[in-house]
Amino acid sequence: MTGIIIAVVAVTVIGLICGAGLSVASKFMAVEVDERIPKVRECLPGANCGACGFAGCDGYAKALVEDPDLSVSLCVPGGATAAANIGEVLGRAAGDVEQMVAEVRCSGTCEATSVKMDYNGLDSCAAAKLLFGGTGACVYGCIGLGDCAKVCPVNAIHIGGNLARVDTSVCIGCGKCAKTCPNGVIAIRPANAHMVVDCNSRQKGAGTRKACKAGCIGCHLCEKNCHTGAITVTDNLASIDYAKCDGCGKCIEVCKAGCLVALNISAAEVVNAE
Amino acid sequence: MGIKALIAIVMAAVLVNNYVLQQFLGICPFLGVSKKLDQAAGMSVAVIFVMVLATAVTYPIQYFLLNPNGMGYLQTIVFILVIAALVQLVEIILKKYIPALHASLGVYLPLITTNCAVLGVCISNVDSYMLEKAAFGPSFVQALFNAAGSGLGFLLAMVLFAGVRSRVDKCDCPESFKGMPITLISAAILSVSFMGFAGLVENLLG
Repeated sequence: MTGIIIAVVAVTVIGLICGAGLSVASKFMAVEVDERIPKVRECLPGANCGACGFAGCDGYAKALVEDPDLSVSLCVPGGATAAANIGEVLGRAAGDVEQMVAEVRCSGTCEATSVKMDYNGLDSCAAAKLLFGGTGACVYGCIGLGDCAKVCPVNAIHIGGNLARVDTSVCIGCGKCAKTCPNGVIAIRPANAHMVVDCNSRQKGAGTRKACKAGCIGCHLCEKNCHTGAITVTDNLASIDYAKCDGCGKCIEVCKAGCLVALNISAAEVVNAE
Repeated sequence: MGIKALIAIVMAAVLVNNYVLQQFLGICPFLGVSKKLDQAAGMSVAVIFVMVLATAVTYPIQYFLLNPNGMGYLQTIVFILVIAALVQLVEIILKKYIPALHASLGVYLPLITTNCAVLGVCISNVDSYMLEKAAFGPSFVQALFNAAGSGLGFLLAMVLFAGVRSRVDKCDCPESFKGMPITLISAAILSVSFMGFAGLVENLLG
């Protein structure tokens, strides 16, 4: 009987010592956490997408509190609301957040282009890319096996007709898909852009034409007809400076390939331009 | 006790008596945290750290407290209690004074609080190196080396298996084997391959 009592007492004493030690330690060595960090964290959407350039929302919240010069408007998914809320917590002016969305710069549907192989390998664009630059006739275009759709945190990308398409009403513009795409087909553009170049081919005109009917052949017609100088053709591919583009729609009229796609231009505006 | 004996202890702990692959302790983190290489390595470094520290604390407790009072049978419960408290304390101290180390080990420390591999190392150290009742000094050093070696063995098993798993995940294996079944089978094969190290230390250094 005394054995049991000794055992119970011994373990209790050891437990008490450990407990007392821990509570003293937690009292004296408590690390003060800035109370603004959880408050800032609450303003962020919690998608942990990394569009701000930090390791998740927690990382951005911590960096915001520690660095007074850091912009509060880096969160793309949270947009202006999040920036305004953070600005309120930290007492800083919130800048404008430009809403961004992803754009798959490829028009290579099944009708426009063709496949060069019967691919039976791993269900991944990165794997297909290793075999002669992908399954499609064009090595610059969308491979269509959906690596981008797999990483999308909000399920905004869907594959249809061998081509990835972004649902811009869902897309938060985090840019994960752009980083994943082995061909770099996906670009992040302002959500209110007037038009986009839906082609990524940097081959010479004849090569592009052979591979895909909808590709940019680098004919410079759009560049010559743009009155604001927003379109430039480099490496046989047109690109738009969204800051300069006023959405006149002239370039879309002159484009023979049809890779320029109007987004936020009403039909009336296009007619007026004519 | 020469340097050769210490090398033999570490080699035996890493290769011959690998805690995960030969004694089947600490299987839970072995299967749970081995999906990614960086996590596996981080967890293993935390395990090495805690194993050495736990041995350094439990060995004197057994030697000065439990054995003289005839309470050797309380070993398991007292060790669990002390290790758990110790890990918590270490976490608090790290958070306060070495935030960088806390950031890299911090997430894994609570996971190891009552890890059976840590408890197993402490108990086996006490059992195998306390044979010479009077000698606290040299046998304590041997126990510490055994603890470090066991931790290194855990690191080796975790890193190897993280590599195996990343390859297995990419493989086209039958539907019914996907996920945990094929993971367990590959763990078994890895364990069998480690049986090849049996007798290594005796023949090399013995």
